[in-house]
Amino acid sequence: MGTNVSLEDKFQAYVDAENKVEPKDWMPEKYRRTLIRQISQHAHSEIIGMQPEANWITRAPSLRAKLILLAKVQDEAGHGLYLYSAAETLGEPREKMIADLQSGKAKYSSIFNYPTPSWADMGTIGWLVDGAAIQNQVMLTRTSYGPYARAMVKICKEESFHQRQGYEIVMKLAQGTPEQRSMAQESLNRWWWPSLMMFGPSDDNSPNSEQSMQWKIKRKSNDTLRQEFIDKTVPQAEYLGLTIPDADLKWNPERGHYDFGEIDWSEFYEVIKGNGPCNKERIAHHKKAHEDGAWVREAANAYAKKQSARKAKDTPAA
Amino acid sequence: MAGGWLNSVKRDFTKEEALKEYLYFLADDSLILGQQLSKWCSNGPVLEQDIAIINTALDHIGRARLLYQELARLEGNGATEDTLAYFRDHLNFKNALLVEQPNGHWGDTIARSFLIDTFNFYLYDSLRNCKVDSIKAIAEKAIKEISYQAQWSAEWVVRLGDGTEESHAKIQESIDNLWMWSGELFENHPVFEVLNDDLPSFVSIKEQWIKKVGQVLKMGTLIMPSPELWMQTGGRYGIHSSQLGFILGEMQSLARSYPNASW
Repeated sequence: MGTNVSLEDKFQAYVDAENKVEPKDWMPEKYRRTLIRQISQHAHSEIIGMQPEANWITRAPSLRAKLILLAKVQDEAGHGLYLYSAAETLGEPREKMIADLQSGKAKYSSIFNYPTPSWADMGTIGWLVDGAAIQNQVMLTRTSYGPYARAMVKICKEESFHQRQGYEIVMKLAQGTPEQRSMAQESLNRWWWPSLMMFGPSDDNSPNSEQSMQWKIKRKSNDTLRQEFIDKTVPQAEYLGLTIPDADLKWNPERGHYDFGEIDWSEFYEVIKGNGPCNKERIAHHKKAHEDGAWVREAANAYAKKQSARKAKDTPAA
Repeated sequence: MAGGWLNSVKRDFTKEEALKEYLYFLADDSLILGQQLSKWCSNGPVLEQDIAIINTALDHIGRARLLYQELARLEGNGATEDTLAYFRDHLNFKNALLVEQPNGHWGDTIARSFLIDTFNFYLYDSLRNCKVDSIKAIAEKAIKEISYQAQWSAEWVVRLGDGTEESHAKIQESIDNLWMWSGELFENHPVFEVLNDDLPSFVSIKEQWIKKVGQVLKMGTLIMPSPELWMQTGGRYGIHSSQLGFILGEMQSLARSYPNASW
């Protein structure tokens, strides 16, 4: 017991000195579990997040827009892959993470439980959802776990590109025909509040935050990140001539920040519980692809085994 | 060539018209196949292959853009890559029927890609030496990605063919089912004679294609159906299967709902 305490103290001192924790280093079991939970949740968010956008690839209104969207969704698949690999360095196999996603044990960002009925959503997701994600992820490039921090550096570069692409889609709509303009406004109306909820519950209701801050997995509180996002986004909406759907939103010169209205946390908790418009659809889609692909994965494994057996047969014993 | 009914849609081409028609064959094949492959996004059997197949979709759509940009220049009258992709009807699409066949399961998609990728490999390889500079440049750029595509789909044919009993039966059935759409790729067409020495006739690819397809199928312990079997035809003349209407309906829906918008 005494040894344990001192190892934990040493670990905390190591982290406090801004050192990176690497896969083979000793770490408290709870640190490891927290990271697996967070990184796999992040990976699942990338993977489930492909669905609402893939929804518009076949209908993108120009070839350029189609290519950009397709490339973006491909990037998300790539992010999922790095993140699964980062979680695997903590000893969690990808198959297990996928099983936990499908059983509902592991979560993904609730924002992807909303539908994308409009092309404008491809712009709004890039602008707000990727924008909110970046706010979180820039912080994570300095997270204490080395493989996660390094994965986030690459991911952040691509995400900020996505955010600019999203903003460009919204800008074209906002500066387009009256129908396009109302498409952009309608989409903003639907995504604004769920985007603010992406930062998680307010600090006094966020059970995991304190420990994560202490271990430097997380470096800014949910409310701080949310405020930064709002302060950054309001002028962008003003530039487009779009109205943010919050009557209480106004600049507060004393605080040096925008004040904003009350978030409807009951909606947030209901969506997390599985009662969002697309929770069932997203998981069913993932399961179907996984099950439809089972025979293909089996074939690839069988072929790989045959090949290595053939190779072993052809190689003379040393 | 099968189908005497084609005589009703056959016509003569000037050299200028023939060049455009030839470009439509290439561009429409790329776009329709890219559109079909893009539907695999988030549906692949494993994440790495989701990424790989999106890559091939990106390549096809990227190539289609280059070809439509060249066509738009030749067509004039305000044509753009997007008016050509979004505002033509099925009668004006000249893609081979093979590329509009449904995705089906992974084996069906792989078999379709394998048959067309092998064709594209030999076609674009010979286009690198053609006498039309714009097409030559596009072929030079495209051949790298086409080599990758042809290798990727051939490897999957072998893997599925020599994988499990189930995968063997599935991919054999996919090849057998798609076979009747393969002959059209090498059909003679009036434009080939007009373009004569400037651009290769698709007929010239046939022997290499049969040889390569035969080799790969053999590696996958699969049986190649006879190239002499009855083949479907019509795509190069704008006469399509029922599939194309749905593909275009989906692809063009938003662009056509707001014809005056720019995106």
